[in-house]
Amino acid sequence: MTVLAQQLLLGLLIGGLYGLAAAGLSLVFGVMRVLNVAHGELIMLGGYGAFWLATLLGVDPFASLALVIPGALLLGASLYWSLFGFVVRAPEETRVKNSLLIGFGLALALHALAVRLWTADERSIPTSYAGAVLTLGDVSIPLVRLATLALALVLIGALQLLLSRWRWGKAIRATAEDWQAALLTGIDVRRAYLLAFALGTALAGAAGALVTVAYSVSPSIGLEWTLKALIVVVLAGLGSMAGTFVGGLVLGVAEAASAATFGGPYREIVGLVIFVIVLVVRPRGLFGR
Amino acid sequence: MLEIRGLEAGYGDVRALSGVTLSIAAGEIVALLGPNGAGKSTLLNCVAGLVTPWTGSIHWDGEDLLALDAHLVVERGVALVPEGRRLFGGMSVQDNLELGAFAPRTWGARRAGLERVYALFPVLAERRRATVQALSGGQQQMVAVGRALMASPRLLMLDEPSLGLAPRLVAAILEVLVAINRAGVAVFLVEQNVPAALSLAHRGYVLEGGRIVGEGTGAALMADAHVRRAYLGPLAVRRP
Repeated sequence: MTVLAQQLLLGLLIGGLYGLAAAGLSLVFGVMRVLNVAHGELIMLGGYGAFWLATLLGVDPFASLALVIPGALLLGASLYWSLFGFVVRAPEETRVKNSLLIGFGLALALHALAVRLWTADERSIPTSYAGAVLTLGDVSIPLVRLATLALALVLIGALQLLLSRWRWGKAIRATAEDWQAALLTGIDVRRAYLLAFALGTALAGAAGALVTVAYSVSPSIGLEWTLKALIVVVLAGLGSMAGTFVGGLVLGVAEAASAATFGGPYREIVGLVIFVIVLVVRPRGLFGR
Repeated sequence: MLEIRGLEAGYGDVRALSGVTLSIAAGEIVALLGPNGAGKSTLLNCVAGLVTPWTGSIHWDGEDLLALDAHLVVERGVALVPEGRRLFGGMSVQDNLELGAFAPRTWGARRAGLERVYALFPVLAERRRATVQALSGGQQQMVAVGRALMASPRLLMLDEPSLGLAPRLVAAILEVLVAINRAGVAVFLVEQNVPAALSLAHRGYVLEGGRIVGEGTGAALMADAHVRRAYLGPLAVRRP
């Protein structure tokens, strides 16, 4: 029983990062109707950003968020200008297809770049507090992972606040609902796309830094994180960041429960089951409205 | 003020407008009549920047509107209440209205704008926190008109504002249009309810198959045999 509780708790803790990873993907897809399959590679880059800041400059990995997030914002803006800005000029029906091509290409390129810069080895960031745990009865809570969950919640809360209070945040939501109506109210829709993509990349970068401090990073984690994020988006739907966060927690716990019940290799099958259930309940799937 | 010349537009290979020329002067109410598929919405969407015409010109106060990005048209004072309202359904009434003032010219004065709209539609003030999806059709139409007014337009275009509304609400909306017009705003109205539209319009155009086939004052069009036969029904022709 204790073992199960411990496993579920660890599932909940990584679930916060699933939610954070999915929030960025969901924002970009919801606003631009563009599926960025290189989202996981952006997470990977964020992780290496924190890794470099820690190993080269001695920056604490949590403090490195203050640099990783602005850096990722800029990276997102440049990727929009150089690649994804062309996709949104296409009619809506062809956007997803075109974005898949660009996303896969970008994923391959970023993977190769990461191998070149950081080798294929797994990296993590050693800290003095890495082993700290909080013991509750028989269950021990690793404090670093607890902190990543809390920070994921804070970041998603900040995004929600930005989208509901900021003038351009409202413009981003309006564009997500109806981009033509947004144009009619005077919103520069291209700029809303740019901001959404930059914010989505910033969330990916932050998620990557947290993944690297609590777990580890390697050039090949991209696909896995893209899939996790996609599962959460399918599970939680578009439009509610709080829902996305909860969806991430649900996936984390469900994976842990599956691994505990059927054994470790069955952890990943949960995502597939969720896909099937969602497609049965909502046959139009993610792309339907 | 608005000058449209030789406008041709369509979707893919399908032509929707062929050589439309018309003008609207400051402070006028102009009705645009025509059957479904005549190109009325296409014409309004061309002016608003949502549809790029094949050829022809649209000038507003001498400025070429077709050279502008779509989001700048409303900034210049030309607002459209689109067909089917196209509100941001998941957002509150107040957010929808505020977004109507998104352009830098009006954003600073959005509080005053809100007060004007709430004075025009008091029921919206009561429901300012409600999401638009929760409103009745009539209230949603008020939000749609209010959102366009938030841009402080000098030309307000409306695409079938009465569609799907009860007659009492139609009368209320049209009454508001007259009030808006008295405040100096020109109105370009596409409306299925032809008698109502012509009773308040100074002038009107008849658009059929993408061409302007008639124009005149509201009263003249009301008396026109073709207009009566086509838009007012057979009973209207027989009646003296």
